[in-house]
Amino acid sequence: MSLVDHLPILVVLVPMFAAPLLAAVPSRGRLPWAIATLVSLLTFVVAVLITAQVLDSGTLHYELGGWPVPFGIGLAIGPLSALMLLVITGASLLALLWGPSSMDSEVGPEHQSLLYASWLLALCGLAGIAVTDDAFNIFVFMEISSLASYVMVAAGPNRQALTATFKYLIAGTVGATFYLIGVGYLYMMTGTLNLTDMAARLADVSSTPPVLMASGFILLGLALKAALFPMHAWMPDAYRFAPTPVAVFLAACSTKVALFVLIRFDFLVLHAATARARGHARPGAAAAERGRDAGRLRHGHLRARPQAHARLFVGGPDRLHPAGGQPGERRRSDGRIVHLFNHALIKGALFMAVGTLALRTGSSSLDDLAGIGKVHAADHPRFLPRRVVADRRAADRRLRQQVVLITAVLEHGWWAGCCCW
Amino acid sequence: MTFLGLYYYWVYVFVLVVGLYAVLVKGNYVKRMIGLGIFQGAVFLLFITMDKVEGGTGPIFVTPPEPGDLFANPLPQVLILTAIVVGISVTALGLALSIRIKEEYGTIEEAETAEMDRQA
Repeated sequence: MSLVDHLPILVVLVPMFAAPLLAAVPSRGRLPWAIATLVSLLTFVVAVLITAQVLDSGTLHYELGGWPVPFGIGLAIGPLSALMLLVITGASLLALLWGPSSMDSEVGPEHQSLLYASWLLALCGLAGIAVTDDAFNIFVFMEISSLASYVMVAAGPNRQALTATFKYLIAGTVGATFYLIGVGYLYMMTGTLNLTDMAARLADVSSTPPVLMASGFILLGLALKAALFPMHAWMPDAYRFAPTPVAVFLAACSTKVALFVLIRFDFLVLHAATARARGHARPGAAAAERGRDAGRLRHGHLRARPQAHARLFVGGPDRLHPAGGQPGERRRSDGRIVHLFNHALIKGALFMAVGTLALRTGSSSLDDLAGIGKVHAADHPRFLPRRVVADRRAADRRLRQQVVLITAVLEHGWWAGCCCW
Repeated sequence: MTFLGLYYYWVYVFVLVVGLYAVLVKGNYVKRMIGLGIFQGAVFLLFITMDKVEGGTGPIFVTPPEPGDLFANPLPQVLILTAIVVGISVTALGLALSIRIKEEYGTIEEAETAEMDRQA
């Protein structure tokens, strides 16, 4: 086999092996940064090559250690996974290219090689989630990326970074553990951890209590990880007190990856199974859906994030009702994916803009930034368009999102849920 | 009786909720880490319980097993081995964070650190 056949695993292995090497590199000047950027660039190139292959010849399958798939761990990269890979590796590369001077101002030089080593581990974990087709593997990669993220956030310049990290750690671990419980129930009922295999086997058991419990636990766990609306308490502080380049990287892709796993479970595993069980047999629905994603992305059905969130949030109970498989749903799902991508760009760019301002003025508080437009006119246009795009949409959609969610909750009569807010 | 026969699952649910309670309610960082440990321990119990086959032995054989031999499913045990390692890493990191918080704030009570953050 040539190296090209091993691309799917290389995107994980390159940062994984580079991380301990980087940790051993003496923390002098920009050397750790240069290595991390180089590795990140390499990973990005691998991701681009993978995407080219996927667009060329469809979903890539790879068997780890040569074990055939239901027994060993399999990787499967469809168009959606390839897009996630591009977002993750691209965000890492851009944040690193943008970040060195901001990082120098916030993190002491003696800690930088360890911080960049954690950065590569986070990159490895996130990329791993995108490529793997194994439910337990997702858990392990999720924890690799989370642990590395905790370390990076805790490296922030203020001491509040520590308490923010603790909150992040608790929420992240509880989320991951809920996910693990869900996977346990699914494994109990299907005897497999491979997602494709699981979707097929779930058809026979789709409405048994353990499977319903599993979808609840997985939804809850991933919602915590993705900081969906009522479970987002850990997020603002974690991003605010993290070193700015870290915030750029994590804001752009780490919650997106949790949403990506949720989408895979929602539509490709549990949904495909329930749809088939209801008698709307759609042979190969999962594969077909994956195949269409790439084509549909180009048409750009841009839908709002609130809807995405609302749908995901009520996705669990909704699946139990026959209303689940409406034609509009697929369109919404495409829009959601397009929006994930756009949102990653917007959010990453916004954090960069704020970071640039903070670097120039030494503060990111709005009071201190008053009048900044006159002093640093050159930075202003860079900030403004994205600000307009993100702010106008975000502010009014965030409001609508919450209204939509609360209405959904009221409609379902979940008063207990309302009390939590 | 099935209801009581599944007592392992009752224990799992009980331990899970005890752990979750400590994580959510306690205000001391170390106690919350202990709660997190209990919470994760419950999930380990769930996996270890599900691999048991009635009348089966442990999945260790000196000679290759004959068809018809009953033994526990080794896969969940391997998964939990991995999950334990993950759990230990989380605990280690959480306790290290508590030490750093103690160094910076002089306390590991969440109410007090939150108060100091508000004043800052």
